[in-house]
Amino acid sequence: MVPTNYYVILSAVLFGLGVFAFVFKRNIITIFMSIELMLNAVNLAFVAFSQALGKLDGQVFVLFVIVVAAAEAAVGLGIIILIARNRQTLNVERVDLLKL
Amino acid sequence: MVGREMTAPLLVFFVLAALAVIGAISLILQKHPIHSALSLIVVMVALAGLYLLLGAEFVAAVQIIVYGGAIMVLFVFVIMLLNAGVEEHTSISKMAGAPGLLLVVALAAFVAATIARSADSIQTTSQAGEMSSTLGISGMIFKEFVYPFELTSFLILVAVLGAIVLAQREKI
Repeated sequence: MVPTNYYVILSAVLFGLGVFAFVFKRNIITIFMSIELMLNAVNLAFVAFSQALGKLDGQVFVLFVIVVAAAEAAVGLGIIILIARNRQTLNVERVDLLKL
Repeated sequence: MVGREMTAPLLVFFVLAALAVIGAISLILQKHPIHSALSLIVVMVALAGLYLLLGAEFVAAVQIIVYGGAIMVLFVFVIMLLNAGVEEHTSISKMAGAPGLLLVVALAAFVAATIARSADSIQTTSQAGEMSSTLGISGMIFKEFVYPFELTSFLILVAVLGAIVLAQREKI
């Protein structure tokens, strides 16, 4: 048996790396991928707690998270295509229409 | 917990955990988005292995099919469609480096402290691995969670319509 703590710590590490990538990367597609990484880290914590508590609620929540992530990926990549078409760039520094 | 010998599940956990963390670090270090996408696939496959280790076969299969298959194919497709090149670095990203790194370390420390404080309150009651988790999940989805489950189908419908409207040629 692997202790639940190990899974939760791994989940926290992956979430931290996702936040790091979200803050530091400049490419809009990579930023979007780091959001998926954070969602995956949360899923791991859900499944670990589901196993620790002997209940299946966590696994059902993971399925819902995956569905929402799929919907988010479809809409988000549509937005990315639109930005790339209108601004001719994928760098978030150059998408500054709302900047003063 | 301390001083126990290396059992097989623990060994598998450490291999898969190392694979996931290396993949995540590689996602950050790679300059080209297609390399980042391939690193993310490594993370997702490693997480599917961890789900199997946790006795969640159905979630592991869905992780491979939906994340490793559908979502990542969508990402790779968009990267190739837009012909995304090597990421260019600006001066702002270097300036934000030190405080950003500090904040990430602070976040990780906060999460670790919370886990350490609450670790004793999680008592392992029963091992759910005996019962088939797929059977239990299907029962829960179609009984207790049937209303949220139907809502997700509506969400996907709205997302499909949104993607079509966003990606069409005409000016909005």
